[in-house]
Amino acid sequence: MNSPWPFSALTRCRRARSLPSMNVLPDSLLELIRRASAEIPDDVHRAILAALEREKPGTIAQGAMKIIDQNIALARTKSQPICQDTGTILFYVECPAGFDQIRFEEAARGAVKLATAKGYLRQNSVDSITGRNDGTNVGPGSPVVHFHQHRSTEATVRLILKGGGCENVGAQYSLPNEKLKANRDLDGCRRAILDAVLQAQGKGCGPGILGVCIGGDRATSYEFSKEQFLRPLDDHNPNPELERLEQDIVSTANKLGIGPMGFGGQTTLLGAKIGVLNRLPASYFVSVSYMCWAYRRQGLVLGPQGEIQKWLY
Amino acid sequence: MITLTTPVSEAAVRALKVGDEVAITGTLFTGRDAVHKYLHDGGQLPAGVSLQGGLLYHCGPVIIKDGQGNWRCVAAGPTTSIREEPYQWQIIRDFGLRGIIGKGGMGERTLAACKDYGCAYLHAVGGAAQVLAECIHQVPHVYFMEEFGAPEAIWEFEVVRFPAVVTMDAHGNSLHKEVLAASEAELAKHSYRYEPKPN
Repeated sequence: MNSPWPFSALTRCRRARSLPSMNVLPDSLLELIRRASAEIPDDVHRAILAALEREKPGTIAQGAMKIIDQNIALARTKSQPICQDTGTILFYVECPAGFDQIRFEEAARGAVKLATAKGYLRQNSVDSITGRNDGTNVGPGSPVVHFHQHRSTEATVRLILKGGGCENVGAQYSLPNEKLKANRDLDGCRRAILDAVLQAQGKGCGPGILGVCIGGDRATSYEFSKEQFLRPLDDHNPNPELERLEQDIVSTANKLGIGPMGFGGQTTLLGAKIGVLNRLPASYFVSVSYMCWAYRRQGLVLGPQGEIQKWLY
Repeated sequence: MITLTTPVSEAAVRALKVGDEVAITGTLFTGRDAVHKYLHDGGQLPAGVSLQGGLLYHCGPVIIKDGQGNWRCVAAGPTTSIREEPYQWQIIRDFGLRGIIGKGGMGERTLAACKDYGCAYLHAVGGAAQVLAECIHQVPHVYFMEEFGAPEAIWEFEVVRFPAVVTMDAHGNSLHKEVLAASEAELAKHSYRYEPKPN
């Protein structure tokens, strides 16, 4: 990708190319799910190790970080889920024009069912009215697949598994917000974001990572806040103003003493990523998605038969 | 590290205080949203499940059947406890619970029930599904599997040295309340006017 943003806003149609057979796509997606569920990405692991170093020896915060580090190693070795809540299954696909999206979705549903039977995913999808869980993880809204066409001939698939504990502490603010003294400016955005950190405490399995969107409508704003989680933790925001705000949010949050699991301690956030969308004159949303330390994200580049050509994280 | 063995006595629970690290050995029963609502609505525990002197684990595990037809726990970290706040006090009162294991802490009604009836909230590390599953040596039974589905069922776990931290004790103390108050005060100090960088 040329841009550090997940997707370019503009895509133009390209002449459809002859479609490859994609016959090993289901296997590749199964491996993508297994790896996402069991193996924490290197950038996240580095941030967790740095956080472990910062906690004072003998504190319960350090104890929690040690268990987290042991858990990461154990999940990888045993090829089992890092966290039992294997979360909402979010696929982000970048593909050339002519890519068979229907076939991809079929393969994705098949891979999710198989991954669930193998225990890479928990039986995690419930009928909202009846409470029935058919044990497959496939149903209305599950898995989620976002397609974005791009001009490259390459097809990439990224996957995020986002657990319910951290999803529940996400928050959306409509500015101005009098209680927070948050106006429609960067200061107001900062107040809203830090309020979200305060309200979340340790409930979202901190130390956490924030994905934030300033602007958009209610739906696109939340959606774009989640897409920020596709960015590596150690990247830089191309917008210097947002880069500065990201750093301010992390350093301020880490002065609050919430700490791992809300036990008190040095590290409350491992990172913050902020994106921006245009808004209506009448609206000013700040949407904050919270990702737990068990930040499950993986991606791959597909070859012509749907095979894994390269891992992205 | 304090060792807690089930069944847990009232004296053992009342001796615990916020910040204590515990290692739990014995029997745990899981119960989360569906189980709490069911018991709150007057439902009875199935035969074979007793929470007297017991520990209830807020957990929806990943469990598979191995080649011999035995349940094997693949992943079993805690789920967010605060969702059970409307029901928990009553379950502590009516079923003789001595400990709640979960994550994120709970509210005032649960804290009061811990004090009144002798119970403690034991915080496990959220997301640490593998470390905690390693402590689960056997899964002898499951109850309400058909009714509630696998994550919401009551699973019986035999655990050895399962680690947790006391974050709400039987003396009315809550680490969650303390950290919230301290972090609120700290944030007020950092709520200065944030200006865009001048070009």
